[in-house]
Amino acid sequence: MDTLIKELKEEIINELNLEDLTPDDIDADAALFGDGLGLDSIDALSLIVILEKKYGLKIGNPDDGKEIFRSIRSIAEFIKANKK
Amino acid sequence: MKIFIKGIGSISPQNTIQNTLIDADIIQHHTEYLKCIEPVYKNYINPVSLRRMSRIVKMGVTAAQLCLKDANLTNTDAIITATGLGCIEDTENFLNSIIANEEKLLNPTPFIQSTHNTVGSQIAIILKCNNYNATHVHKGSSFESALMDALLLMKENEANNVLLGSSDEMTPNLFKITQRLNLWKKEPINHLKLSECKTKGSIAGEGAAFFALTNEANTSNYAVINALDVFYKPATNDAIDQRISLFLANNQLKTDEIDLVVYGINGDVKSDGIYNHLMESVFNKSTSTYYKHLCGEYHTSTSFAMWLSSIILKNQVVPNIIKLNNQPIKPINNILIYNHYLNKNHSLILLSKC
Amino acid sequence: MSSRVFVTGLGIISSIGCNIKEVMEAIYAKKSGISEITILETNYKGKIPVCEVKKLNKELAELAGVSNLNKYTRTALLGIIAAKQAVAYAGIDNIKELRTGVISATSVGGMDRSENFYQSFYKDQNKGRLRDVVNHDCSDSTEKIADILGISEYITTISTACSSSANAIMLGARLIKNNFLDRVIVGGTDALTRFTLNGFNSLMILDATGCKPFDNKRNGLTIGEGAGFLVIESEKSLKISGKKVLAELTGYGNACDAFHQTASSPEGYGAYLAMKKAIEVSGKHITEIDYINAHGTGTANNDLTEGKAIEKIFNNSIPEVSSTKAYTGHTLAASGGIEAVLSVLAIKEKIIYPNLRFTEQINELSFSPTIELLQNKEVRNVLSNSFGFGGNNTSLVFSKY
Repeated sequence: MDTLIKELKEEIINELNLEDLTPDDIDADAALFGDGLGLDSIDALSLIVILEKKYGLKIGNPDDGKEIFRSIRSIAEFIKANKK
Repeated sequence: MKIFIKGIGSISPQNTIQNTLIDADIIQHHTEYLKCIEPVYKNYINPVSLRRMSRIVKMGVTAAQLCLKDANLTNTDAIITATGLGCIEDTENFLNSIIANEEKLLNPTPFIQSTHNTVGSQIAIILKCNNYNATHVHKGSSFESALMDALLLMKENEANNVLLGSSDEMTPNLFKITQRLNLWKKEPINHLKLSECKTKGSIAGEGAAFFALTNEANTSNYAVINALDVFYKPATNDAIDQRISLFLANNQLKTDEIDLVVYGINGDVKSDGIYNHLMESVFNKSTSTYYKHLCGEYHTSTSFAMWLSSIILKNQVVPNIIKLNNQPIKPINNILIYNHYLNKNHSLILLSKC
Repeated sequence: MSSRVFVTGLGIISSIGCNIKEVMEAIYAKKSGISEITILETNYKGKIPVCEVKKLNKELAELAGVSNLNKYTRTALLGIIAAKQAVAYAGIDNIKELRTGVISATSVGGMDRSENFYQSFYKDQNKGRLRDVVNHDCSDSTEKIADILGISEYITTISTACSSSANAIMLGARLIKNNFLDRVIVGGTDALTRFTLNGFNSLMILDATGCKPFDNKRNGLTIGEGAGFLVIESEKSLKISGKKVLAELTGYGNACDAFHQTASSPEGYGAYLAMKKAIEVSGKHITEIDYINAHGTGTANNDLTEGKAIEKIFNNSIPEVSSTKAYTGHTLAASGGIEAVLSVLAIKEKIIYPNLRFTEQINELSFSPTIELLQNKEVRNVLSNSFGFGGNNTSLVFSKY
């Protein structure tokens, strides 16, 4: 799980151009959207792309992503539960 | 109504961030095209906005910030921007991604940032400015078209001040394509001696320049924008002569009252004939200058010329690097900027001392 | 200042018809232009519906009356067709007798050909036919239109994403009011491209079944192509030309949402400001607005926020509202031009367009769009909305003359 979390952090920093951050700066349980990391609807779409490209997991409707993208940990849990 | 330039900001291939152009600081580039000297953007743009911005957007937004700061303004009644080719880097990125991923699973960020109005809308978002906002995109007269819009808006009393500016970026791919179109010189040159070139092609450049226009007189203003004329595909050099005569007559000026002319000389033998003709005839008593050896050729380069003219009128100093003749420098009251892009889009901008 | 601006000519090409007659036939038959892709080269053929003009470039060139196909992008061809129609409609014989300009608009200019160039260039930087990329920039289609019509007095191009041509129309009107021009050909053009199709697809806002504007179950827009142009004239021009007035352009308002690059503010503040300003400039009272031709793209975000902004302006007396994008698709930069043409035709033909493909009112809104074609309806004033990325919002008011 910890490896997955670290990998996800790196992936997100890279894909969302969060250049100033290191994986250690992101709390796995902090909110990604709103007051936390301050991501927005466009980032949610980028996260959908990461999940499908990297982990083969498809999210058809952006609204379904809301729960999954709550935090890094919730994404990791989703991947763990669904990855074949 | 008089329209003044209250503040300016420029990011260019020279050290222009301080709104100065000093002979001792002129930069000679040794690259295929002239690239902007860019500041540390973090000092001007917050990281959340910054992370999605391509170079042109950073340049445009920062030049706008520099300009507002210079004008001592925190907001504006209108934002009017210009760009010849818009956000090329993001356009390329999205095209690359369409091809590489065979149209599947594309990151939307380069697409949403690729629209021509990105600079104008990002400035609006940062300033939370809900006012008039438009982007003009007409090749070599994009900046002039935006300036026209700004002048109209102020004459209509729709705005007491307008943030006006332009941005264009060069990328390696765009350079390659335009090189194949024979727009640039094939031989290596010293771009600082561009006016002496007698071959085909120019040197590519880029830049962003912004202006805070106001209808309020103030001793700290840079210049008055007196008049603008844009014309398309004039048939002959005579037609250009006539257009200039009419332009000056409409503004109650004689040719010898134009103290300094800024020409759009770009070192291309196919383009420079008309400038040389004007220098030797109509304006042989004026100080002749040019600017594209400093910033390169690009669609909205006249905004660099207007930035340059603003500091000349305010400081009454003409840098040696821009002079083309040795006319004794008199007090500079009127500056005429004349430029054309590939003999198609021509423009005249008349600026005066406050 | 010339105080009034009159519309004397109209031209349109879209997925529902290549001229006004064909478009009106489709309107009366309630026939949507949504179809499968047959012309655009893309992997989404048969997968994502679009509103495509079912003519090859070769056929468009015939309609445009041009022969050297190499010189023209699809964007330019569409623009030339609509602009020529507008000039013919206005019966202009001598274009140079008055100070005439062209103000056009486009979102991606000649991308329809440059993306083909780029396909080869991507593999090898020395490959790709240069004639496919020289017409890339946005001003190309404008200059092609101006050259063909013989106009050189004043020419420019606006690009503010999906509000581009509404802004071009507004600028044209202002140039007339400031006595800078007597007559202007205004509007916009955009062709379907892989670039924009994939762009909107990457935003997951293309409805796989076709757009359903203002429907509670709407699931995105349908991208389209086309062009719409108007001839607008000053009072002086009208006296000289003696043209018949189709409508008057009485109001315009441009505002910026200044909220997010793609999302509208929750209450549609920019949309509200643009509409409010346009109505103010028109000098009309809100009760005199008989029809709103909404931006109504069919995305969750747009229709809700535009609806809220309409509610805020019109309170309990909301006029007839419909989005004609269920007919034409969202033609991006051309949409403001196409919808301006339709707005003038609504006044002239005394009709209000149905909002096709609607079944269920949006939960959060207090109104439904008009779903029947209303005829013999006195349409005094139409408010036409065009909103774009970056929050560039513009509204126009056309009035019966």
